[in-house]
Amino acid sequence: MESKHVHEQIAAMRQSFFNEEVLNENFSQLEQLEGKDNPNFVEEVFTMYLRDSIAFLETIEEAMKTIPIDSIKMDSILHQLKGSSASVGANKVLKEVNKTRQVLGKGNLERTKASILELRKEYDSFKAKLEPYFQLKQANSVAQEK
Amino acid sequence: MNSSSGKSYMSTASSSVLWKAGGDVVADQFPAGLRVLLVDDDPTCLMILEKMLKACQYNVTKCNRAETALSMLRENRNGFDIVISDVHMPDMDGFKLLEHIGLEMDLPVIMMSADDGKNVVMKGVTHGACDYLIKPVRIEALKNIWQHVVRKRKNEWKDFEQSGSVEEGDRQPKQSEDADYSSSANEGNWKSSKRRKDDEDENDERDDTSTLKKPRVVWSVELHQQFVAAVNQLGIEKAVPKKILELMNVPGLTRENVASHLQKYRLYLRRLSGVSQHPSNLNNSFMNPQDATFGPLDLQALAATGQLPAQSLATLQAAGLGRSTAKSGIPMPLIDQRNIFSFENPKLRFGEAQQQHVSNNKQTNLLHGIPTTMEPKQLAGLHHTAQSMGNMNMPVLSHGSQSSQNNPLLMQMAQPQARGQMLNDSTVGLASRLLSPRGQSMLSNGMATNVSTRNGVPENIRAPSYNPVSQTSSMLNFPMNHTSELPGNSFPLVSTPGISSLAPKVASQEDVNSEIKGSVGFMPSYDIFNDLNQHKPQNWELQNVGMMFNSSQHSNSLQGNLDHTQSILVQQGFLSGQNRNSTVISKAMFSAGDSTGHVNAQNSNQHLNSLLDNTVRVKSERVADAAPANLYPDHFGQEDLMSAFLKQQDIIAPAENNDFDFDGYSIDNIPV
Repeated sequence: MESKHVHEQIAAMRQSFFNEEVLNENFSQLEQLEGKDNPNFVEEVFTMYLRDSIAFLETIEEAMKTIPIDSIKMDSILHQLKGSSASVGANKVLKEVNKTRQVLGKGNLERTKASILELRKEYDSFKAKLEPYFQLKQANSVAQEK
Repeated sequence: MNSSSGKSYMSTASSSVLWKAGGDVVADQFPAGLRVLLVDDDPTCLMILEKMLKACQYNVTKCNRAETALSMLRENRNGFDIVISDVHMPDMDGFKLLEHIGLEMDLPVIMMSADDGKNVVMKGVTHGACDYLIKPVRIEALKNIWQHVVRKRKNEWKDFEQSGSVEEGDRQPKQSEDADYSSSANEGNWKSSKRRKDDEDENDERDDTSTLKKPRVVWSVELHQQFVAAVNQLGIEKAVPKKILELMNVPGLTRENVASHLQKYRLYLRRLSGVSQHPSNLNNSFMNPQDATFGPLDLQALAATGQLPAQSLATLQAAGLGRSTAKSGIPMPLIDQRNIFSFENPKLRFGEAQQQHVSNNKQTNLLHGIPTTMEPKQLAGLHHTAQSMGNMNMPVLSHGSQSSQNNPLLMQMAQPQARGQMLNDSTVGLASRLLSPRGQSMLSNGMATNVSTRNGVPENIRAPSYNPVSQTSSMLNFPMNHTSELPGNSFPLVSTPGISSLAPKVASQEDVNSEIKGSVGFMPSYDIFNDLNQHKPQNWELQNVGMMFNSSQHSNSLQGNLDHTQSILVQQGFLSGQNRNSTVISKAMFSAGDSTGHVNAQNSNQHLNSLLDNTVRVKSERVADAAPANLYPDHFGQEDLMSAFLKQQDIIAPAENNDFDFDGYSIDNIPV
């Protein structure tokens, strides 16, 4: 069945996220919070997360351009990004955030820049993976309602 | 369970009663309906946590700003059972909020953060958090938070009963007493007019009181002023709750309230001075009930700002903050800072030029009364000041003006920094110094003033202020912007080169800030402070005391400042502890080139050394060249801290501090 097929596809996608460690168990926690009265809770959370984190990343990238870099501010933003990434279960993004904070802490400008690039890449990849997943889910749930 | 967070007193009362009843009535319901106030600036986390709490069947109110949360709590003190707050927030440090809540509302507060560093967790403990959760928070961790509510109530109940028995003579039967208390309490804090609750609230209060909770007294600024005045009149050593109560002559206030407040106050003072000596003296001098012009929010903001060192002030002013800039603006904050000691001033701090003037004057006068040498009082003063400075930093953030830049710095720094005694000491010293007339104009004049001040009271500055100065300096390091303000205005810090330099720098705060930022950019310093803070349990204590004290003050900003100051100072203290380390740290802080500044730090905080050691290593090299010329080895902690601090400030205001004993740091050297 179409819906069943899509359903399986969604499940497979989801599993792959865990396998690749793009997502961790916190994501499952969020899923558990989802219920009948808020079926799109996870998606809402992710939408919010993606929106906020892109803003953070852009701020960080901007901050890297100033000389000397405002490490305090950057660390503050990274700290926030760490909290939200951890809460949604964005595993790889979280790891990159931690790495960046570490490097930033050591004061190595070049490595910090490189790390931020990595972080950005990871974020983009994360977004590219999760968005279709949610879209599919959404489409599927709508289809199922029919 | 009542759903509204406090609007319906009846439901509140009923729920409270239910809970108070010890469980038999509510057993089946509790902890469902537990009224949680959730504070987190991150919308994603806020959303997730709210969902989780709701899944636990709690009654959740969320807000993304600490200020909002605080006003919500103030308006509806019995509307919540527990508060969960993030540590890292832009408008106010989570720990500051924690302090406020602890002092004003005495609600259990759970801190949370993505940071799981031992230091931060320790900070939570010392600030009185009943729990600390690491993000990502799991729902399981939230399921049991009700235990903190029960525990707290249980303790309150015990205290209540105990005090009740002790004060039998003073009190009437609980019921009537509560009634009296409630009503008078209403009038009382009534002064600060936190709430305009009517009888309903009183009833609620009464219910709580009679069964489980003590009536909560809000120690408004005025009330606290009265308290301090009474204490000073009696002499801190002789101040016993009963006599204080008599002197205060506030209807509805019980001996018990005074006793607990006195306890907090004592701790606070102890922290300030590092010894429980005559903190009251300091308070006396600094208590200039000038403020009161600020509204509660303003207070916080202003106070915070006001407390900020001259730099902050300047920044704020530059930012366009109307209030502080009223007059030179700087003098005000300084004064406020000093006033911080007295707790009353927070309001003053910012924006109220006139008041500041007045307070300045008063402070000045008081200063005269206060020995210039570093004494516990001074220390306490400095502490206060420092605190205020710290507080100032906080509010600065809220203003969002330029200071915001600084603020993050400040905040960041302030947070991790342990408030330790050092801070207090330095604050005190600085404060005392500041009291000298010069302080006022310091900021505005910047260096010039500072210099003069310094010159004017070299002796004072040297020995006693030295320490505080260094401490202050360290404190200032972070919030460069802020620090400058401090020295200029209210602190005796002015005397310390570091501080003064900061003050004058108002104009160049941005520059300084950037410099600072640059220097601060080094994570290590930042981390170092964190580490330092951790290692210094005493500092924590100090901070806590300050915090507690502040809370009672009822001026959020004050508390904030104090915290900041304390933390900053403590940080500084840590820095100075290590000869090498302190230097390094100082350097790290500013990334400033001169090590001289650090030298001061070195002397002051011997104990810090240990802390610094780890952190400092990184920077040792840099600091190595620091010439401890100005350090007075004899002065420990605060003084050194102050000097270090001041020195750092010097750096900020390079060239100007040259006159001072401290070698200025040159912030320009901040390598990033």
